[in-house]
Amino acid sequence: MSDVASREYDSPPNAPRALDMPSHASVADYVALLKPRVMSLVIFTALVGIVRAPGEVHPVIAFTALLCIAIGAGASGALNMWWDADIDAVMTRTRRRPIPAGNVTPGEALAFGMTLAVGSVLVLGLLVNALSAALLAFTIFFYIVIYTMWLKRWTPQNIVIGGAAGAFPPMVGWAAASGGLGLESLLLFLIIFFWTPPHFWALALYKSGDYARAGVPMLPVVSGTAETRRQILIYTLLLVPLAMSPFFLGMAGLAYGTVSGVSGALMLLLAVQVYRRREGAAAEIAARRLFGFSILYLFLLFAVLLVEAVAPAWFGL
Amino acid sequence: MSDDDKMPGHPSGGQEPEGVVLTEEQKRRRRARSIAIALVLAALCLLFYAVTIVKLGPAVLIRPL
Repeated sequence: MSDVASREYDSPPNAPRALDMPSHASVADYVALLKPRVMSLVIFTALVGIVRAPGEVHPVIAFTALLCIAIGAGASGALNMWWDADIDAVMTRTRRRPIPAGNVTPGEALAFGMTLAVGSVLVLGLLVNALSAALLAFTIFFYIVIYTMWLKRWTPQNIVIGGAAGAFPPMVGWAAASGGLGLESLLLFLIIFFWTPPHFWALALYKSGDYARAGVPMLPVVSGTAETRRQILIYTLLLVPLAMSPFFLGMAGLAYGTVSGVSGALMLLLAVQVYRRREGAAAEIAARRLFGFSILYLFLLFAVLLVEAVAPAWFGL
Repeated sequence: MSDDDKMPGHPSGGQEPEGVVLTEEQKRRRRARSIAIALVLAALCLLFYAVTIVKLGPAVLIRPL
């Protein structure tokens, strides 16, 4: 039997394969490379940036911008999985991802990610405008080179600085719709930027073993859980008034003011619980609650901004 | 050539295969990937057509021959 044929029939489905071997990847594996859940949050926040931006934008152009931003986010996810495959393989949360599972080779993920990254930026630049394309290119660069390749394995401040990558989408959406940047788009950026540390550190508190095993210097691994709880509280104290600022600056209505105030108070309460409950099951429950609620909190803030922007036109309010 | 040298499931039976031989599962996955690429390309054609009409308007059809 030939060497190729013997490799073909002797190798288990998930064994590492030489580059000349046929791909095992399914369409679902390529979809998983895009990190669809992260992508959905990017689409949502970018949509808010588009609808809140001043001026009129044709729905087809708005859809094109949203599509390019989504694909750019997916490209970032694929390139992140390509670079971090070694880390993903040893973390329980990520070991089933397509590359460590053996379904997609690193080369396939790199080619897929680069194609989508270049394609999304080019299409956004050609069909929408140059500023939004430049911002999208910078976002992908920031996420892959600054965060994934540099900060993630080097400093416990990785997700603080790297959080900027996740905060750019509403700004890209705003630039796509208006051709410029405004104070409100900067506020949307800052809300996500200051939301990221308490969100990720709450997760890191009960997954610190995972990060330690992978050698990722997350704050609980490097500075301990007490310092992490203190930092979570500090960032939440900064985040809550910042999230209410669009209302106080007259950029958002009473509905936003109410929702941001009530949900911000809850966010703060949960952060205080994380700070005070430091031992045993109660500590883990507090961290899990804060992590879960932080997602709802950000969703509520942006959902109300979206509704306030479209309600007058759609419902004659 | 002995029976042990025959490729299981290969149409040529005892013939030595040339190159890589795909399993049925690999063929199914490759077909699914090909269909996905075709659908994406078709969607891109529609998108570029729609954006062209939006940006240039109906006047795109009015031009000197």
